Formats: sequence, structure tokens, C-alpha cells
Amino acid sequence: MFSAAAAALLVSLALALARAFLGPTVFDRAQAANTVGTLALLLLAVLGFLTGRPEFLDLAIVYGLLNVIGTIAVLKYFEFGNLGDPGEADDNGAKR
Amino acid sequence: MSDAIFVVSWICLSAGGFFCVTGALGLVRMPDFFTRVHAASVVETLGAGLILLGLVLQAGLTLIAVKLLIIGVLIFFTSPTATHALAKAAYARGVVHIAQEEGSSSSR
Repeated sequence: MFSAAAAALLVSLALALARAFLGPTVFDRAQAANTVGTLALLLLAVLGFLTGRPEFLDLAIVYGLLNVIGTIAVLKYFEFGNLGDPGEADDNGAKR
Repeated sequence: MSDAIFVVSWICLSAGGFFCVTGALGLVRMPDFFTRVHAASVVETLGAGLILLGLVLQAGLTLIAVKLLIIGVLIFFTSPTATHALAKAAYARGVVHIAQEEGSSSSR
């Protein structure tokens, strides 16, 4: 049953990575990176139970803390900094 | 471990995996940015919550359960913060909602 949950998390990770590659704007990629971080945290927790080594939970806590700090920092940069355009402006992308 | 807790834990883990796949599928399939944010929040609420609940039921009353609860509280507070910052940054930078686009079909 742990392997079934781990397989579902791996499929979700693959889909989130597909959005990170496809994403027309940078915010799509940031959202995909945030989702990948959350899914990796869950995968670490499930993997600790799957292999019988619950020390992986400490790694999951650290990964969660780093994930949110990284996401907030990147978004601050893209909201207030001037890094250029947020991506190609296509039919569902950004205006500028 | 009693069989009832085992069955409930199995149901929680399976439902959590299902909601994770559903949210990630919505992240790929939804038509514009804000609906994708909406779909991705399923992963961080129902998916993470149910999987962590299933793991807590497996762990019992140990330190492992306390660590899992710490992870749950962390996700519970940080994921809405990150999603809010993301949507606010995208709105400030002019990402257009699909209902605001003129002259295009409403969905693809």
C-alpha cells in the first residue's frame, strides 16, 4: 500500500514536471516548482515508511521549510524586481 | 495494529494518492494560470492531508506521528501563503484570466 501511494506520487510528479516544461509564463513554472516540492516532501515521508527508515521524516521537514522559502523568495523577485519579461506573450500568457 | 485502523489507513493513503494525481492532472490540463493554481491547491490540501493522515494512523502514538503532524501543520500554513503570493504576483504582472480575453473561445 505504501508502494501504491508512492507510485501515485511519482505520477503526480511527472505531471507537475510536464507543466514546468510547458508553462507559458514564469508563474506557471513557479507553481509547478511549488507543487513538485510538496510532492517530493510527501514522497520522502512515504519512502521512509516504505523502507522502514523513519529518519526520512526529518529530511521531509527540512525540504518543506526550504520549499516555501524558495517559492516566496522567487516570487518576490519576479513581482518587484525587473528581470525582464515573465515569458512569451501568447494567447494565454502575460500581456507584457 | 488492529485491522480497522489498517483499513482506514489504507483508504486514506489511496484517496490521498488519487487526489494528488487529480490535482497534478488539473495542473496540466486547465486552460489558464489561475485555474491551474486552483487545481494545484488540491494536491496541497486533500492530497497531502490524506496521505499524512494515513501515515499517522500507521505510525501510532510515537515520535514519528509527532513529526508527521509537524509536516502537516507546516503544509497547512505555508501552502496558502505561497499560493496567495503566486496569484498576487501574477496579477500584478498582468497575467490575463481566461474570462478577460476578448475574441477567443472560452475553453480549449
